[in-house]
Amino acid sequence: MSTEAPFQPRTPLALIPTADKPQTAKDFKSDQEVRWCPGCGDYAVLAAVQGFLPELGLARENITFVSGIGCSSRFPYYMNTYGMHSIHGRAPAIATGLAAARRDLSVWVVTGDGDALSIGGNHLIHALRRNVNLKILLFNNRIYGLTKGQYSPTSETGKVTKSTPMGSLETPFNPVSLALGAEASFVARTVDSDRKHLTGVLRAAAEHHGSALVEIYQNCNIFNDGAFEVLKDKKQAQEAVIRLEHGEPIRFGLPAEDGLGDKGVVRDRESGELRVIDVATEGTDDILVHNAHAATPTTAFALSRLADPQTLHRTPIGVLRSVPRPTYEDQMADQLEHAVERRGKGDLAALLAGGDTWTVAG
Amino acid sequence: MTTEVNQGSRDHKDVKRLDRVIIRFAGDSGDGMQLTGDRFTSETASLGNDLSTLPNFPAEIRAPAGTLPGVSSFQVHFADHDILTPGDAPNVLVAMNPAALKANVGDLPRGAEIIVNTDEFSSRALAKVGYAENPLENDSLDGYRVHRVPLTTLTVEALKAYELTRKEAGRSKNMFALGLLSWMYHRPTENTEAFLRAKFAKRPEIAEANITAFRAGWNFGETTEDFAVSYEVAPAVSAFPAGTYRNISGNLALAYGLVAAGQLSELPLFLGSYPITPASDVLHELSKHKNFGVRTFQAEDEIAGIGAALGAAFGGALGVTTTSGPGVALKSETIGLAVSLELPLLIIDIQRGGPSTGLPTKTEQADLLQAMYGRNGEAPVPIVAPATPGECFTATLEAVRIALTYRTPVFLLSDGYLANGSEPWRVPEQSELPDLRTRFTTAPNHTLADGSEVFWPYKRDEETLARPWAVPGTPGLEHRIGGIEKQDGTGNISYDPANHEHMVRVRQAKVDGVTVPDVEVDDPSGEARVLVLGWGSTYGPITAAVRRVRRDGGKVAQTHVRSLNPLPANLGEVLRSYDRVLLPEMNLGQLATMLRARYLVDVRSLTQVTGLPFKAEQLASAFKEALDDVH
Repeated sequence: MSTEAPFQPRTPLALIPTADKPQTAKDFKSDQEVRWCPGCGDYAVLAAVQGFLPELGLARENITFVSGIGCSSRFPYYMNTYGMHSIHGRAPAIATGLAAARRDLSVWVVTGDGDALSIGGNHLIHALRRNVNLKILLFNNRIYGLTKGQYSPTSETGKVTKSTPMGSLETPFNPVSLALGAEASFVARTVDSDRKHLTGVLRAAAEHHGSALVEIYQNCNIFNDGAFEVLKDKKQAQEAVIRLEHGEPIRFGLPAEDGLGDKGVVRDRESGELRVIDVATEGTDDILVHNAHAATPTTAFALSRLADPQTLHRTPIGVLRSVPRPTYEDQMADQLEHAVERRGKGDLAALLAGGDTWTVAG
Repeated sequence: MTTEVNQGSRDHKDVKRLDRVIIRFAGDSGDGMQLTGDRFTSETASLGNDLSTLPNFPAEIRAPAGTLPGVSSFQVHFADHDILTPGDAPNVLVAMNPAALKANVGDLPRGAEIIVNTDEFSSRALAKVGYAENPLENDSLDGYRVHRVPLTTLTVEALKAYELTRKEAGRSKNMFALGLLSWMYHRPTENTEAFLRAKFAKRPEIAEANITAFRAGWNFGETTEDFAVSYEVAPAVSAFPAGTYRNISGNLALAYGLVAAGQLSELPLFLGSYPITPASDVLHELSKHKNFGVRTFQAEDEIAGIGAALGAAFGGALGVTTTSGPGVALKSETIGLAVSLELPLLIIDIQRGGPSTGLPTKTEQADLLQAMYGRNGEAPVPIVAPATPGECFTATLEAVRIALTYRTPVFLLSDGYLANGSEPWRVPEQSELPDLRTRFTTAPNHTLADGSEVFWPYKRDEETLARPWAVPGTPGLEHRIGGIEKQDGTGNISYDPANHEHMVRVRQAKVDGVTVPDVEVDDPSGEARVLVLGWGSTYGPITAAVRRVRRDGGKVAQTHVRSLNPLPANLGEVLRSYDRVLLPEMNLGQLATMLRARYLVDVRSLTQVTGLPFKAEQLASAFKEALDDVH
């Protein structure tokens, strides 16, 4: 990438064949009975994915879902696409191989907070760093569901669970902060119960050419019910949720005189940190305008840190970062092409003979 | 050196003809002994000798200089006839420092030649390795023919014209030694000069300095009185069938086997790998062949290496992962997944000394049981093991054939000795290579009761029990696979007890049913009552030992197993037809355990776990003892 010719992303999804007729959500439903607990947030995400995929107009056979282990990882069985339910934590690695070998596929990874951030943490960060063209849906319910209720790497400190009767001793991961630190080119957060927001974020992720991490706050009504209530209860959410829209001032809270929120996010001149202000007392002049396409992830990271890990108060949702960057598999394919241009298509007989040979006559 | 024939003189010096020679180059791990040995080997190969090599180096990149653990050596055995091993005891030792002398002198037979770099024999260097006095000045080397050569000084002197510091110039002393040995054994020199020019293409002055040192070493042999005799070893013409030959190491043959398998199967090759000794060279080699459509992925860890390979296989690529024992341990769960998914996948284990980190640069055969049984649940995997460096090529093709035909992960078990050792290899003609093409399923394969056509991902081929391989992108065949037990046929999740029983047994039956060639028994007398059986890299030493026993009149039969799972169909019958079965292994008897369990035959183990290959002499004695026992 030279400075004169900045990187131009390929047209999103350009390599993936399109469907020859319009599709509906029904086309994406498999014949398998969905076996999540009644009331599980996973149902909402499944419906949203099945509902919005037809919009992309991609050939269904070129879509593949790969998952690890956990409640959410049963997801591929319910999608009438190609799919693999693999082993705990390894879905990003398996999907990396699939995507690198097959650029004509739209590859989705479905994972949970334990799968992606505990046992599979290494694969997640490296997939993001490499910018493999994967859409990673991280269902975060802040608990282990399938193993029946142990704390997870996103559980709040002090969480009392079956394995932590006196409270968890650990500081939780903030998946958005982690992904930004791992050089992700697309990072977003959304909530299972907000179908419109969820769909919008999924669409943005699908259209991003490169790895996309979407953290979906998902309610486990059996083992961690109400974990995101502060973000869902209309009254509390006004104060707790910071909705980010690219190009819009970062405002939230109760409506102020101009119709936007009565709180805003500014950069503190002395410390450089982000801070929340009352519009009424400090005005709107210094309020940051959200730029998801900023060259560095610095401000996106700062925004992700506004959330209180214990209470989730002031949690930003939406697309925090979306920047073009060459994908791993495109560059890999380019190297293969260049090698052929430079040296010609491989000749097996010439390779095997090598340079130094001798002949034995019969 | 069994025969010495005076061949007259080269200029003013005598030339003797030998039928075989074993040379060991030994020095500090920074002295470039592996390069020196490699170059001498290449020259030897191009002369047409048969040869076999044994590189032996520490795991540390630069172990403390001048110490015993820091000694790196390269042994090459070359002959005018067919040979099988790098040789038990060197005829010639090149010792670049006191540590190299001390570490290796015990392996030399009396009368061997020793060329020592006297410049390195300072009192400090001697003390470092525990020499109380200088062995070059007492009688401790009296039984040997010692050439005391100030290699460093002579090299520095030769490079006076170059603007190099003494230290820099001294680094070329390995090329001086190579030049000297090349003179002694009449090796051609053009290739080495060309090699140095290419290696240092970006620094021509360094290339020229090395070539100057190399020539100076050659000239030193030619002129100095100390080297009165030089030796010829004629090409091993009758040892080889007609054809084009090259020198090849096991890892290179294996990498070429993979490239060839990709071409022959017409599938894109995808290697997912994490660097590990002694397997990394395969990753390095394959990464050079992108113009064959080869994709190499250096993963974040061993698990991701095999995961990516399996993901690529799901997508229709020829998925391969390369590793050594510790890496296999990490990959176990994914191998189990591949067994359950029934996708083709190649797992290449270049075995090294274990357990744990063990001896990274030394050889061992102790991963057999790990490959065979090292997974949760009943997870059978076919295992193929090459016997020689050159055979790593054909074994790779065979492993790929099994993987593609039976839609299963397959183990290829090489080891450090095969990986780094080299031998002449007949380059196969294109027409000799197998057709590895396979079929993807592109249409529904099952009709439901209502007449509708569907795709069943686990509907099996009746003969091979393989399931169909339908890759993403194939319209109408969308399906889901996973590690949860599934119903045979439909592939839907199933916890049904009878179905699980059926699936466990059908996966086992599929692997048991893999067709592999019978073992062939070599028994020229037809009267042997003792059978020697081996697998993997012990082939060379076992065969050499069997020849010795037979030369002394002993009647011994020999066979070698190349498919460890399933075992060849005739093996049980073969084992039962001898009074005594001996099985040398570089482990504590892993194949012996398997054979005893399977065939109830009293297989006797001969085991060694030194990190080094067996010596032919040692095996020959053991075989003779068994012969005496049986009589």
